[in-house]
Amino acid sequence: MARKRSQLSDKIDINMTPMIDVVFQLMSFFMCTLKIVSPEGDFDIRMPLGRAAGAAVEDQMVPPIRLSLSAAADGSLGGISMNGNPVGDFRELQQKVLSLVGDGRGPGSLAEKTEVELDCGYDLRYENVVKAITAVSGSVQDGQIVELIKKIKFTPPKAPR
Amino acid sequence: MPKKASDPASTDVDMTPMIDMTFQLITFFMFVMNFSEAEQDDRIQLPLSQLAKPVDGPVEKPITLQLTNQGKVIYAGELIGLGDVGGYLDREKSVLIDAGREPTGATVIVRADGSSKTGDVQEIIKICQEKGFEKFALRAKYDEGR
Repeated sequence: MARKRSQLSDKIDINMTPMIDVVFQLMSFFMCTLKIVSPEGDFDIRMPLGRAAGAAVEDQMVPPIRLSLSAAADGSLGGISMNGNPVGDFRELQQKVLSLVGDGRGPGSLAEKTEVELDCGYDLRYENVVKAITAVSGSVQDGQIVELIKKIKFTPPKAPR
Repeated sequence: MPKKASDPASTDVDMTPMIDMTFQLITFFMFVMNFSEAEQDDRIQLPLSQLAKPVDGPVEKPITLQLTNQGKVIYAGELIGLGDVGGYLDREKSVLIDAGREPTGATVIVRADGSSKTGDVQEIIKICQEKGFEKFALRAKYDEGR
């Protein structure tokens, strides 16, 4: 009888301290190693050495678009021209590219065949180049990316001022 | 006569909510933890682009060159001059060849600061071309356009 009473009153005490220690150490580790990575994307460019200067255009059916970005004295954008014709801003550039390549997309389309050759001033701030590449590469419509020209290359660097 | 208080020495604290919360925190940190070896440097302020959406998978065997707005290159965490890039690329090239790969198949990721000179970016591309690399990825930060 006495034994039964003792069994009922027994309370199993689990020592939680080691588990809490480990759990907090794990949490500290994760908090310390947490690295906030901002989303980044790439613009892929294929530029073999032989074709850098736009020399071998003969194999292409479509003439490349020559896009010139001149630099002002402070490195800001001096002006944009497409195939020698001045362009007001990057939005206008996109419209011109769109009218040039048409609506067709996918393999064999004009957008797929056309190549853009970027001729930039040495001192031009790089962000302007990315804006230009963005304008010719595509646009975002209703949250979806509509691709334009994927073939992009640079002319050889000009001598600094 | 007032009721005698229970034994003050044994205060049972209910640990369950704390352990629940702690495990939830650990789960959260495990999910948001990034094990990718993405080379990002605070010294580089990437230009913004709406089209620079994160790539689906990691680039295979990339070589990352980061260009600061001072015209210096950060390679493997080390700050070097533009003129020294060629030597480091030679080393990368020999590693690739030893592994039975061609430099033409490797991708050079260019993380250039938005304020850097375009000419410097072109110089990097030219040096890479001279070493046999021909695939480049110009990296930009995704602009959500808000």
